[in-house]
Order: sequence, then C-alpha cells, then structure tokens
Amino acid sequence: MANDQVIQLDFWPSMYGMRLRIALAEKEIKYEYRDEDLRNKSPLLLQMNPIHKKIPVLIHNGKPICESIIGVEYIDEVWKDKAPLLPSDPYERAQARFWADYIDKKLYATGSKIYTATGDEQEAGKKDFVEILKVLEGALGEKPYYGGDNFGFGDIALIGFYCWFHAYEVYGNFSIEAECPNLVAWAKRCMQRDSVAKTLPDQHKIIEFVKILREKLGLE
Amino acid sequence: MASEKVKLLGYWASPFALKVHWALKLKGIEYEYQEEDLSNKSPLLLQYNPVHKKIPVLVHNGKPIAESLVILEYIEETWKHNPLLPEDPYERAKARFWAKFVDDKCVPGIFGTFAKVGVEQQKIAKEARENLKILEDELGKKHFFGDAKIGFMDVTSAWIICWAQIVEEVVDIRLIDAEEMPSLVSWFQNVLEAAPILKECTPPKDKLLEHNKGFHEMLVASAPS
Repeated sequence: MANDQVIQLDFWPSMYGMRLRIALAEKEIKYEYRDEDLRNKSPLLLQMNPIHKKIPVLIHNGKPICESIIGVEYIDEVWKDKAPLLPSDPYERAQARFWADYIDKKLYATGSKIYTATGDEQEAGKKDFVEILKVLEGALGEKPYYGGDNFGFGDIALIGFYCWFHAYEVYGNFSIEAECPNLVAWAKRCMQRDSVAKTLPDQHKIIEFVKILREKLGLE
Repeated sequence: MASEKVKLLGYWASPFALKVHWALKLKGIEYEYQEEDLSNKSPLLLQYNPVHKKIPVLVHNGKPIAESLVILEYIEETWKHNPLLPEDPYERAKARFWAKFVDDKCVPGIFGTFAKVGVEQQKIAKEARENLKILEDELGKKHFFGDAKIGFMDVTSAWIICWAQIVEEVVDIRLIDAEEMPSLVSWFQNVLEAAPILKECTPPKDKLLEHNKGFHEMLVASAPS
C-alpha cells in the first residue's frame, strides 16, 4: 500500500480526531493532516461529510470515512498486518466496542456541562461526569490497558479526553486524580507511548481553547 | 459448536431486541428467549447489563453482550456464515455509518415525535422527515441497503419504517411520505418478504399499534401540562 493517499480533516482540540491520529500513528501510516476552521469549513469537508459536516474525516484514496470509531475500525481492517487495535476474540472485541459506545454516548456531552453551564446544571454535570469516569475506571479494573496487556481500541476511544482533564478540573474545581487514581495512572501509562504523547496537545493549550469558548458564551 | 448456549433477554415490543432476533434467525442460530418485564427487571438482566440495565442482552455460553449494534457485530464475528457485512473495509464502514446515522438521527426523531407535544413535536417531526429523506436518497432504487440481499443495515434499521408508521397513526403526524420517499416506504416490507423467517419473529403491526397507543396515553397523562 505504498501508493496510499491518506488525508485527515481534523481540528486540533478534538478528542475524536485524536482517536484517528493515534490509530494512524500506531499503524505508522503517513498522512496529510489538515486543520479545519470550524466557523468556515472547507469545501472538501462539506463534500466529504455532507451528512454531518463534521470533523474528523479520514479520506483514503479519495474515499471518506466519517465517525471516528468507524474510522478506527476501518484503519484496523485495512492495515491489518501491523499493531492490531481490536483484540482477535469476538467477545473481547464486543467489550471494546461496548466501552467505545459508552464513551460516545456519555462522556463529551456530560463533561462539557462543566465548562459551559453554571449553577445547578454545572454541579449536576460534574457529578454525572465523575460517575461516568468511575464506571470507566471500574471497567479498566486491574488491567494495564482496556484490552488487557496491550494498548488498543478501548484506550484509543478514551485517551483523547485526558488532555481535557485539566480544563474539567479547573472549571469544575475538583481533582480527577483524587476521584479516579487508577484511571489517571492508566492515562499516564498511555502517555508513555509515542503515538499518544505526540498526538495529545498540551493540557494548557486546551484550557486556553476552553477559555476562548467561554468568552464567546459570555461566561468569562 | 454443538454445546453452545445462546440466550436473548428482550421485550416483545422492543425494536432493539427485534434486530437481535433477526440476526440470529438469518444466521440460523438456535437460542432461548427470555421475556423481561421492564417495570420489574429480572436479577439476571441487572447482573448482565449493570451499566445500562437495558434489554436486549445476548448471553453466549454465560457471557453477556449488551447494546444492540455491539451484539450484531458479535453475532457477525462469532457465526461467520451468511455474512451480513460486506468483505470490503470501505463498504463495511459505510454500512456501519448508516446504521449509526439511523440510531443517532432517525430514531430520536421518530421517538421524539411520539413522546413530545405541541411546537416541540412539530419541530422534531420536521427533523425526522429531513433525516428520513437523507436515508431515502441513500437507498435510492435499491430494495435493501445490502443491495442484492439483506445486509447489516437492513437488519439493524429497517424496523424504523414500521415504527414510524405506528407513530404516524398514534399521533397523526406524517413522517414518511410515499411520494417523497417511495423506496423507504416499502423497505421494511421488502425485508420481510425476502426472508419469511424474519416475518415469523416480528410482532404483528396491529398488536404493536395497540400496545403503543396505550403507551402513548400513559405518556401524555403523566406529562407536565
């Protein structure tokens, strides 16, 4: 697949975009990264994802794959000879998919209440967010990674949120490490991998980004 | 796999359980079915799906799998005959994309039209129609999303047509216009006619309608006015 052309339409703070960037790095696939201006989306983004008009979009030899989790599975299926991301056992694969789905349904929407809402709604968001993190910590159990001994699909689904942790903590005035020490230890373990360390932006850059977002919402 | 034990925890009027029935039938898997009382969930359900506490749950040799799309992928990977997903990774990604589109966009629209009232109901019904039209355009002139035969997306999603029609009748709001959506309107029927084995395990529409009329009365009665 030497002649493969891979383009990633993305936006740097996106934890969903990060999933694909990490998967591509794990597979050592060369690709062109294009950061989108979400207030002025490129014609290519609108053409490649006409239904949702959202990043991330993975474009492989001109064909778009939308939805980050579907993209990670696609990468795993196309480049199957290197660094398998999903386990081989169907039951373990189902577990990985179940947790990725849980993260997609719960985490972002709940977490964003911490920095976009105020008062009771913010407090409720924080409480729910910590509960979700605890469920995710419970799912990890004593294992080093979500799939067991090896870094994989479940880790990729969640780790992008780690660089947002500091922003959640600052605006929610709480400590994730105090609530979920094993989850933070897992995140630090993931950060020792090149694919993750080179993909995740600095936590302070995310805080700056959230600050600008809050200014626009009239919260700062 | 002679000693396999497959059990499905479901609810007769749940479309999410129906997709699992359909996938198991198409694969020819024998399974035991346990009907759940959703107002008094069994200890088994709570034990097997402690996170969501929802049906359907598939239990295969004692191991539980929850969430209907996850269950379908599991069935597809465990029993590889009569494949539902195509082989080509890009086509697989497309099938998954459309199944997710239905779950994320069409299902909340159809259920919202059922559950909401007034302006909010009109707004969500309009969005539902727009998303159903997108689906119509994707289906085009084909009988099924799987093209020549029933595929993943047909198993995961064709039920929405039947349910949309039930909602239309209960709340008297049009969702699927036969002129605007000629392919979509016959999609569910096409699937049932192509696979009589699916028809046998699909609850009759009049029974579903009656059930949902009662359910709707309860919803409206308990809604804040």
